[in-house]
Amino acid sequence: MAATRFLFFYSPLLLVVAAWQLGSSTGFINPSLIPAPMSVFNGVYTMMSDPSIWDHLGSSLYRQMTGLLLACFVGISIGVAMAHYTIAQIIFEPLVRLIYPLPKSALIPLLILWFGIGHASKIAAVFLGCLLPIVISAYNGTRGVDKHLLWSARSMGTSGVATLWKVYFMGALPEILSGLRIALAMSYTLLISSEFLISRKGMGYLILNLGEIGDYSGMFGTILIISLIGFFADRLFVAWMDYVLRWKGKGE
Amino acid sequence: MKDMNIASQPGDALQTQTVGTSSTMPKIAFKDVTKTYLAHTANPVHAIQHIDLEVRDNEFLAIVGPSGCGKSTLLHMLGGFVEITGGAITVDDKPVTKPGPDRGVVFQQYSLFPWKTVKANVEYGLAEKGLPRKERAEIAQKYIDMVKLTGFEKSFPSRLSGGMQQRVAIARMLACDPDVLLMDEPFGALDAQTRLVLQEELLEIWKKQRKTVLFITHDVREAAFLAERVIVMGARPASIKATIELGSSEDKTPERVDEYTTEIWNILKEEVLRAVVPHGADH
Repeated sequence: MAATRFLFFYSPLLLVVAAWQLGSSTGFINPSLIPAPMSVFNGVYTMMSDPSIWDHLGSSLYRQMTGLLLACFVGISIGVAMAHYTIAQIIFEPLVRLIYPLPKSALIPLLILWFGIGHASKIAAVFLGCLLPIVISAYNGTRGVDKHLLWSARSMGTSGVATLWKVYFMGALPEILSGLRIALAMSYTLLISSEFLISRKGMGYLILNLGEIGDYSGMFGTILIISLIGFFADRLFVAWMDYVLRWKGKGE
Repeated sequence: MKDMNIASQPGDALQTQTVGTSSTMPKIAFKDVTKTYLAHTANPVHAIQHIDLEVRDNEFLAIVGPSGCGKSTLLHMLGGFVEITGGAITVDDKPVTKPGPDRGVVFQQYSLFPWKTVKANVEYGLAEKGLPRKERAEIAQKYIDMVKLTGFEKSFPSRLSGGMQQRVAIARMLACDPDVLLMDEPFGALDAQTRLVLQEELLEIWKKQRKTVLFITHDVREAAFLAERVIVMGARPASIKATIELGSSEDKTPERVDEYTTEIWNILKEEVLRAVVPHGADH
């Protein structure tokens, strides 16, 4: 049973929570620094029962999904083009090398200056953070496609342009999806840090705001909610990826 | 360019030419074909120099030669995958400029689309031709049955053995109904027993379908068993050493295959030794 295996796999977490609760109950852990698990769970409950959470959650997820999808579209296009057209490689490779080591969060103040304090600056931050892992994986994946696959398709009447989609993209898909999984994880970091800086809405704003007014259980509760969303998004993505790549051999 | 390489032209090439036996136009013609890599650099690599070769309509022609003699390059150029540096290649008197569905290919690496099922792989070329779904399925099924993979239509290539994958590749090629079959060491990666089975099956299919086949191999016996005519190539520079007529495959007894194998090997051996034993001049 998948559910049983799932519970068994994550059961050590219960020990951590138990130790944490024990530490809090015995006064070993200072509750004003780290609230007890029970009070965090209580915080989750309080937050979830307040309808305004949906407003924050909604705008956060909107920003994250828009940024991620944009990065996906642009990143795959650039990556495949770089692998395929020399001119695209000449243009984009120095840019990719330059931007790769740059901490994307350092650009957030600039993005706010350019795009304002609303959705656009957060979407831009998520986009920038997710772009490079996707570009690099699409580039590597495309370059790794066996030329015999390309030749086979061409000899069966596929035009050169159509091979971009029918051979290169499909052949690069395993690598592209691994890149996308990394980008998905990055998107939460960029989303929350951009919302920390200047924002009137969103989970990042909420965390900061609750911290400032001293509602630590609410703050930790909000952190727990966004963490769980990230966790389930990753598990769902992996399940979808396994389905899409079901043609791959077991040993690969 | 041509003048530069006259010194390296083999003068002792054993030529058993068959010009004149077929009065009709050749199906495929290589005319003074040259392939040079790094042509515009200080160290150009002359992979193929001044090759002339004609393939008759519906002929099964095998090309054998030592590794790295450029025999695969010949096929890649005919396929339109690799550009020629000089000369001309024609199919039905029309110059080859790019790949096309008139020339089907099977490579040693199987080269199936791993993300497509057996059926979808075989249907690929038919879909590219714009055939309706029902017709596609019928044709694909016919060839899947022909290569004895009935029941594996929905399997992905990763679940199949090498021999089965190569059967799919053959079915995929035949389904497109090309005029010319280009086979680049198709059984080279298979184990010896599977290879024998597939050789026999290919010959059976060819007898039924009668297409022009250009079959590249390093297996001398395979060439002797399958082909009507065998070209022996030599390396450095790539050149045609000999052309051996084997006649129709119908009246080829195992004894005849043995004799042809010895005959081809005697010519090829010298070339293989030249390729594997380093010469002062070559290194």
